[in-house]
Order: sequence, then structure tokens, then C-alpha cells
Amino acid sequence: MADVNRGNRPLSPHLSIYRPQIQMVSSILTRITGNALIVASVLVVWWLLAAATSPGYFALADGVLTSWFGDLVLTLSVWALWYHFVAGLRHLYWDTGRGFDLPTAERLGWACVGGSVLLTLLTVALV
Amino acid sequence: MAFLTDRKRAQGLGSAKEGTHHFWSMTVSSIALAILIPVFVFTIGPMIGQPHADVVAYLSRPFPAIVAGLTIVVGMLHFKNGATVMIEDYSRDLTRKVLIVGVTLLSYAVAATGLFALARLAL
Repeated sequence: MADVNRGNRPLSPHLSIYRPQIQMVSSILTRITGNALIVASVLVVWWLLAAATSPGYFALADGVLTSWFGDLVLTLSVWALWYHFVAGLRHLYWDTGRGFDLPTAERLGWACVGGSVLLTLLTVALV
Repeated sequence: MAFLTDRKRAQGLGSAKEGTHHFWSMTVSSIALAILIPVFVFTIGPMIGQPHADVVAYLSRPFPAIVAGLTIVVGMLHFKNGATVMIEDYSRDLTRKVLIVGVTLLSYAVAATGLFALARLAL
């Protein structure tokens, strides 16, 4: 809390200065996917509410979710869900104090991208 | 500013005694969701697009209903805590407070709506 140089300290480099690396991109994607999942959450809960209300209301919710736009939103959300899932596992692994050396961190970043795409394809094929 | 001591400026800005609470609750809810999400996707997921009667019959069964209820409640608490961190990173002052309250109320509302729907389907 010393008053030396208050407010005139060097800033850390901003996004516009950094060359994108897999570590930063995979970290930002974790935040974006996690927060964007509220859209699918609201849609699915609305679909549940409609199912509990009446067949007529269910037809509306079902129509929206199975339309091309609903399909697009849900498919992207499935990817977002799996991405956030795999990236979350990466965080739990990091929390044990392992995997911080650069080659491993880079591999883990690509594993998040690859793993989420694989899981999304698996989900689209099975569900 | 000249009349404030360093200690006075630091007071009320948070202490290390509580700093890990948020982190720990995110860790616990993330482990719960790491188990719940795959089960949710492969039990409830296939029901989207199915006829009304089938959806109602399926969600009246204990396992799908419990999985859906847990996923919605834990998911919304996890969302509330995560979205709060994002808001704290990008906004300040009154905007920050309004957004955090808004996101918290939204999370509670989605969780309550989901539980109400599941209760009505199951009973």
C-alpha cells in the first residue's frame, strides 16, 4: 500500500498486443461457453415447463426447439457444454498443481478443442 | 486521501480468510456437474423432439426426474457463481451490483421453474 508511483504503474499487455496462443484462446472460450449456456438452459427449462403445462403448449416449445434455428442453437450449445466440461476437467487437473509446464499446457488446450468436437459429434450421432 | 492511513484504505476490500470460499464452491459444483452433465445429455437429450406423451411418461420416472432436477439446480448455482465472476471482471459500481443481482435472480428463477415443471410431471 505504499504511495510510490500510485496510478502510474506499467500495464500488463492487452489482448490487442498479445499474439493469440492456445492457452489464452482456450481460457477465453471457457468463459464464453459457460456464460452462453444460459440460453440453452432457459430453452430446456421452458421445454420442461411446456411439457408440464399442456400438449398444446408443448407443441409450441417442441416446435421452437426442433426448428432449424432451435437445432442450430442446441447443437452449438452441445458443443459449448462439452467444451466447458472438458475445460473444467482441465481446471480440476490444474488445481492439483500439475500440468503447468508449457508443452503440457499447450497440449491440454488443444485437447479441450479436440475433445469437445469429438464429444459433440458423438452426442449428435447418439442423441 | 492524505488523512487516510494505509490500513484504513485496505479495510473492507476483502481478506484472505474468505478468499477461497468462491473458488471452493465452484470446484465442488464443477465436480458434481462433471458427473451430472454426461448423464443428463444422454438421458434427457434423446427426449427432445419426442411426442408429448412419451416425454411426460419418461420424466415421471425417478431416475430421469432426479438427474434433471439435480442438473438444473447445481447447474444454475454454478452459472450464478461463474457469471458473477465475469461481471466482476468487466463492470463497476452500480452497474456491477445491478448485473450481479439480475444474474442471481435469473438463476433462482430458472432453477425454481425447472423444479416446478419436474414436480408437476412426476406427480
